[in-house]
Amino acid sequence: MALTAAEQERYSRQVRFHGIGSEGQDRLARSSVLVLGAGALGSAIAETLVRAGVGRIRIVDRDYVEWSNLQRQNLYSETDAEQRLPKAIAAAQRLRSVNSSVTVEGIVADAAAEEIGEYTVGVDLILDASDNFEIRMIINDISAKAGIPWIYGACTGSSGISMTVLPGESACLHCLIDELHAEGDTCDTVGIIQPAVQMTAAYQTTEALKWLAGQKDSLRGTLVSFDLWENRHVSVATEQLKRADCPSCGEKPVYPFLSATNLSKTAVLCGRDTVQIRPARAVLLNLELWEELLAVHGEVRRNPYMLSLELEKHRIALFPDGRVLIHGTSDTAVARTLYHRYFG
Amino acid sequence: MQVQLNGKTTLLSEHCITIADVLAESPWSGRRILVEINGEVVPREAYGRTSLSEGDQIEFVHFVGGG
Ligand SMILES: [Zn+2]
Repeated sequence: MALTAAEQERYSRQVRFHGIGSEGQDRLARSSVLVLGAGALGSAIAETLVRAGVGRIRIVDRDYVEWSNLQRQNLYSETDAEQRLPKAIAAAQRLRSVNSSVTVEGIVADAAAEEIGEYTVGVDLILDASDNFEIRMIINDISAKAGIPWIYGACTGSSGISMTVLPGESACLHCLIDELHAEGDTCDTVGIIQPAVQMTAAYQTTEALKWLAGQKDSLRGTLVSFDLWENRHVSVATEQLKRADCPSCGEKPVYPFLSATNLSKTAVLCGRDTVQIRPARAVLLNLELWEELLAVHGEVRRNPYMLSLELEKHRIALFPDGRVLIHGTSDTAVARTLYHRYFG
Repeated sequence: MQVQLNGKTTLLSEHCITIADVLAESPWSGRRILVEINGEVVPREAYGRTSLSEGDQIEFVHFVGGG
């Protein structure tokens, strides 16, 4: 399949680049990617890949555009925020206007394992632009099971991190970490600057271009971590951390995060206009530390059994076992958005 | 002993012998991190038996979560 004259012109600078060439461009045009999350990273990643001329992109998000997104989520406009458009819809519209030759699919969903599994059908690569580790572990298991590579990326403050996971070859995320508990430092609690987003997305999309253009040998092969404000940059070789007994990618995989028992539970409490989110494993939180962390958002009340505060007009209660009650909604997607925004 | 911890010269207290000791005293305790010493990554299960030496370059790489 040769490039048309218009495509030759459009992608000329990228085709001239030694790592891509006409063959790489042709491969890009035939590729299909899944971007999970349409926040800051999702915006940056999707725009880069659509401009680069991937064939098909599916972008999934449960949230809607807000005023506080505009500082860094580059697909959205003031009009989107005024209309409170779902991010997946606003993103898809913008992406289609950027490159009409790309098939763009925007999906508004609070996706869990089953849905994400469906979205990956026919996909060559999964890009992580999510905001919590539970989803990342689900992606990691789906990737291992389906044999589709994924690229982890995350950022807060002025720092970011990324790693490419090739099923059957590299260490997976579960080989490296097994703690999913909330740590409390999210973009909404410690803030974020746009360059940290762009840098993380640059690492992710460069790896994506290499993979999709058929330049596997050029993949970085390390976990990269940086802090732009502190002028720090670390690259870690992770091969030795690949575990033969990893429950996700080892010799006898059980894909633990595809089974509901290992995931947090969301339940609407009947008649109370309240959603409860309970972590998969009971943890023991230090409420005093959490009080400090959350104090920036307003008055926090603490007693030995729980702390409570108001976040975005919702009263929230946090218990030492990690359980959170979100009052003033019976919509689990709204509750999960709030939860991941403030608790990680 | 004096080490480089995430690029900063850091004086460890006397009873800090292993990585586990340093972690226990730091704000990194219980967080999602990966540890590298002098460019070599250290598996989690080896934190308690990996002793530190004067001048070691220690990196605590934090798996941040936002996006
Ligand atoms: Zn693994």
